[in-house]
Amino acid sequence: MRAFTRGLLGIAGFLVLWELLGRSPLIPAHALPPPSVVFGELVTQLTSPEFIGHVVATVLALLIAIVIAIAIAVPSGLVLGSVPAVRHATRAVVEFLRPIPSVALIPLALVMLGFGPETKITLAVYAALWPILFNTIYALDELDPLLVDTARVFGTGRLGVLFLVALPSALPFVLTGIRLAATTALIVMVSVELMAGSQIGLGYFIMEARSGPGRMDQVLVGTVVAGAIGVLLNNGLERVRRRWVAW
Amino acid sequence: MSNMLEVADLGHTYGDYEAIGGLSFTVRAGELVCVVGPSGCGKSTLLRTISGLIEPSRGDVSLKGSHLAVVFQDYSRSLFPWLTVQGNVEFPLRSLPRAERRVRAAEALEWVGLSGAARKRPWQLSGGMQQRVAIARALAYRPSLLLMDEPFASVDAQTRFELEDLLLRVRREHDTTVLVVTHDIDESVYLGDRILVLSGSPARLVADLEVPLPAERDQVTTRTDEGFVALRSKVARLLNVGKPSMDVEKWAEAERESLSETVSS
Repeated sequence: MRAFTRGLLGIAGFLVLWELLGRSPLIPAHALPPPSVVFGELVTQLTSPEFIGHVVATVLALLIAIVIAIAIAVPSGLVLGSVPAVRHATRAVVEFLRPIPSVALIPLALVMLGFGPETKITLAVYAALWPILFNTIYALDELDPLLVDTARVFGTGRLGVLFLVALPSALPFVLTGIRLAATTALIVMVSVELMAGSQIGLGYFIMEARSGPGRMDQVLVGTVVAGAIGVLLNNGLERVRRRWVAW
Repeated sequence: MSNMLEVADLGHTYGDYEAIGGLSFTVRAGELVCVVGPSGCGKSTLLRTISGLIEPSRGDVSLKGSHLAVVFQDYSRSLFPWLTVQGNVEFPLRSLPRAERRVRAAEALEWVGLSGAARKRPWQLSGGMQQRVAIARALAYRPSLLLMDEPFASVDAQTRFELEDLLLRVRREHDTTVLVVTHDIDESVYLGDRILVLSGSPARLVADLEVPLPAERDQVTTRTDEGFVALRSKVARLLNVGKPSMDVEKWAEAERESLSETVSS
């Protein structure tokens, strides 16, 4: 409870600072609207079907991207983590691909996939793959040989060891990887919407609000909502981890 | 009595290092045999070859019956943390129908006095209780041979006595054939019907001793029994306890020589 109170105090402090900064003559009023204005606009937007449509589009694309990333990265991680030959063969390619920022792939993705949601989903998947893949491989490295021996002594074959021992034992690491991946995917998703001429989504809403006369209060509404999605995802996944894999 | 386990000229080498050098012995049905030897003498290798975890370099291991179970020393790493106590005990029974698994797990947990802990996770239990779960899991499997690798070396003295008596009780009640690997001389005499004494590496059979004690054992009276004391001393002598082994002596000699050389030069 104390930690919660302190957290609230921190947020209140941040809002006060923002309010003061927004109302001070140091920064032009139209550049940084104070939170009182932004939250007023937030309430208006949350009742607007158009805005909700943008939020739903982003969240939906994000969830699809995370599911696809899990479906690719977990099986690949299991293979790379348990078959050293495959891991050595793919190491150079993986080490080259991993550091490429997803945003740098936007032009390529646009040419290949066009302006539809495929582009942003593909790029978010690309970014989300790595934390899940590497956590899965790492988890298999950490697999306790005694657990494997125990399973083998009780007549468990290679495949049984993989699914009944390696996979559950890797689960906490995999879930942490998914949590990191979800946050990364959100960043990439909104970035691509901002930059790649998307027609819908939170990033597009932010971009639209900024253009023309420039409604900075709406821009900040988009930012705040994007942040809120990130927090909800992160905390939700952390709760799942603690609830289901509490060892 | 028929032989449950027959080990013939079993040998194992890792590269140049010979861990086991030609062991032959048998374990009869219903017997509890203790293997005792100095630490690092290849006891674990012996256990791993018998349990089929590694293929021995030479020799034969033949088990009467289809399967064996192992209880490892490190219970905290041998129980699956994502399964409940019941799930752990049911693990070896996956090929059975669900209802039968339930019954056998409940039964085995009752034998070790843990019926109330079925829904807990292993890490919520004390060390001694965790090892009892491991024993229940092994018993639920109804093995032809129960192999135990230093099973009570990681619990406190009191718990250790409790678990030793628990083992004696369950194996008597269920006529289980048991092979316990230990470095503890007292434990081997207290538990065993027979003791196999091994030499240091490579492990060779030094003695195969019958334990001349009644089947009923008691932590207080058995340990002061003349037969117990005499056998303990005999095993200790066979293991060269208290005397430095030849290797240590040679090594110390070499060290003294190199030291005196440094001083004189």
